[in-house]
Amino acid sequence: MKRKMEVSELIFKIISYVFLILFALMCVYPMIFVLVATFSDPIAVNNNLVTLWPTSQSGGLGFSGNAFSVIVQSSQFWIYYSNTFFVTFLGTLWSMFFTIFAAYALSKRRLMGRHAWNFFLVFTMWFSAGIVASFNNFQRTGEIFARITGSGTSMYDIDLKWLVVIAMGANATNLILLRNAFEGVPSEIEEAARIDGATEFQILWQVYIPMSKATIATVALFFGVGRWNGYFWSYRIMGQGQKYNWPVQVYIRDFISLYTGLTGGEFDLETLSKNKPPHGVDWDQRTGNATAVAYAMVLLSIIPILVVYPFVQKYFAKGVNMGGVKE
Amino acid sequence: MFKLLKYDDFLERDEVSGAYRMSSEQSVRDETEKNKWKNAGFNLLKDWRLYIMLVPMIFVYIFWKYMPLYELVAVFKQGEEVEALDRAWAGFENFKYIFGIGVYKGNYHTNLFWMAFRNTFILSFYGLLFGFPFPIILALFFNEIRSNVLRSILQVCVYLPKFLSTVVVTSLLLALFRGSDVAQGQELGAVSRVLVAIIGSDRFRSEAAGGLFYSATYFRALYEISNAWEAAGYGSIVYFAAVISISPTSYEAAQIDGAGKMQQMRYVVIPNILSTVVIMLIMKIGSLLSVGYEKLYLLNPALDQQGNYEAATVVSTLANALSSGEGTSKTTAAYGMAAEMTNNLIGMILVIGANAVAKRAANVSLY
Repeated sequence: MKRKMEVSELIFKIISYVFLILFALMCVYPMIFVLVATFSDPIAVNNNLVTLWPTSQSGGLGFSGNAFSVIVQSSQFWIYYSNTFFVTFLGTLWSMFFTIFAAYALSKRRLMGRHAWNFFLVFTMWFSAGIVASFNNFQRTGEIFARITGSGTSMYDIDLKWLVVIAMGANATNLILLRNAFEGVPSEIEEAARIDGATEFQILWQVYIPMSKATIATVALFFGVGRWNGYFWSYRIMGQGQKYNWPVQVYIRDFISLYTGLTGGEFDLETLSKNKPPHGVDWDQRTGNATAVAYAMVLLSIIPILVVYPFVQKYFAKGVNMGGVKE
Repeated sequence: MFKLLKYDDFLERDEVSGAYRMSSEQSVRDETEKNKWKNAGFNLLKDWRLYIMLVPMIFVYIFWKYMPLYELVAVFKQGEEVEALDRAWAGFENFKYIFGIGVYKGNYHTNLFWMAFRNTFILSFYGLLFGFPFPIILALFFNEIRSNVLRSILQVCVYLPKFLSTVVVTSLLLALFRGSDVAQGQELGAVSRVLVAIIGSDRFRSEAAGGLFYSATYFRALYEISNAWEAAGYGSIVYFAAVISISPTSYEAAQIDGAGKMQQMRYVVIPNILSTVVIMLIMKIGSLLSVGYEKLYLLNPALDQQGNYEAATVVSTLANALSSGEGTSKTTAAYGMAAEMTNNLIGMILVIGANAVAKRAANVSLY
């Protein structure tokens, strides 16, 4: 028997449909805006005429591939882009490497001093030394690396993207997430594998990892996205001195604040001509294509995330839930 | 727990000879006690692979999570030598300076610190107030959507902002809320235009013309709204999982008892997700003093540069401004360090307190 829907239920349903669809549109709109702005007339972009469709100078419909072709032909941009790929790929690999091993070891009841290990991890979530002390520490460790590799005595003597890759991967939340997932694997399976003569590494590789795929995918996505989107420390460590190692996020921000006037402050042609040479992008503020070029870069920088994310998204509910609440 | 031991607990009688001897159980216990350390060593040897697996993690954590704590020594020092350890001890002078105690009253950095500390608290408190209920409401709404396809599509959309980089998000915010420049034919940013059409008071219009994110009046509201927009979809996952785990029979039972939609909400849904809500709330309160500095830095890169700095400067961005760029020195960096250390210590007390409350209230430890 089909139940008749009550009025209050109907109203609530309508509200939730309308609200969710509106909110989803709000969440997607920035992506649409970037896409549309990239292919709009640069002057229309600069004058904020763009809203929902590729816009011409007068505000009507009009398509322009100018900004996109500028950025595709810019060798500078692709260097920064490849730096980001470098940091993301190696960084995620490195983070997953030590996180999986540590999570496996910490999930074992027979490991001695489990409470001490737990405290060791959790303390880093409770108290952080802060930006100033962390920066001093990066300087110090960079110096140690420089001395070990024999390339010099200061942090700027080494390729700092390596320091970013190695130093930035620790995340206690992700580790605990993965540890909890490993704890959920039934111990009978492990014992069975052990009786069959599997070694510790084989058990990890052939039993635990396949059985916690959802969490591993989620954690890898978190690490990967964190690396891909990382801005602050890359900029703080490399500064203006090691531009050639910048990831693309740092470059985009630098470009935007130098040439587009989006980030505020006084913006005039004088500072512009002073700052002109380094980027090698063929643009000119007077024809005003810098803002559109910035959007083209933003577009290219979010494409990889848009490609990977839908595949991992289905694991979230499973992966995230196992984290949260457990000893 | 403390059972009184009687002699027959650890003695047993030999049936043949009639003599008493130690029970096998007790002798085993004695044996384990005697060999406790031997066994520990043996286990360590047997499981050496497990301990090897921990080594890379320990390396990273020691070098980049614990060694920065050592750098904090510089807070208690004074002077400009390169090595912090070479400087003269200064006790708590830097803290006194930052707080403006005694002779240091009312100096430039003290005012900055209190402004930043107030902003840190206000921004995160508003974040708690507005950002916390939003994901719960979203999860309840998602529960109403019966079509799996539509729901998945909507979920993919609303999780998305969480995965955009801070640089992209802030650039887009600045662009969409951009001010206008009539002389050069520049219009308001797309969202600002909509807001002006809705609100349209003269004051708002003039603030919007200067860029809404640079207005000290509207910065906080916009910052919180944009944060909620970024995190709500992703935050709703936890609550949605709690909502869909409610068994359909609970709803049916409520319906048979004549409960309408609102009553079902009140008596079925809310009690079932309450524990999740409480845990998340306690966690949020614990992180009350840790505001994400990256976004605030990108919206307000240096002190005194833009109109929003009075509302947007928090302790970590202040410390960053005091330790890099022009006009900074080892001395100002130490002030920044002292400011951050104060903030983070209070934050740590909040986290530990919140965790203790969670343990007491819901019998869960979050860590």
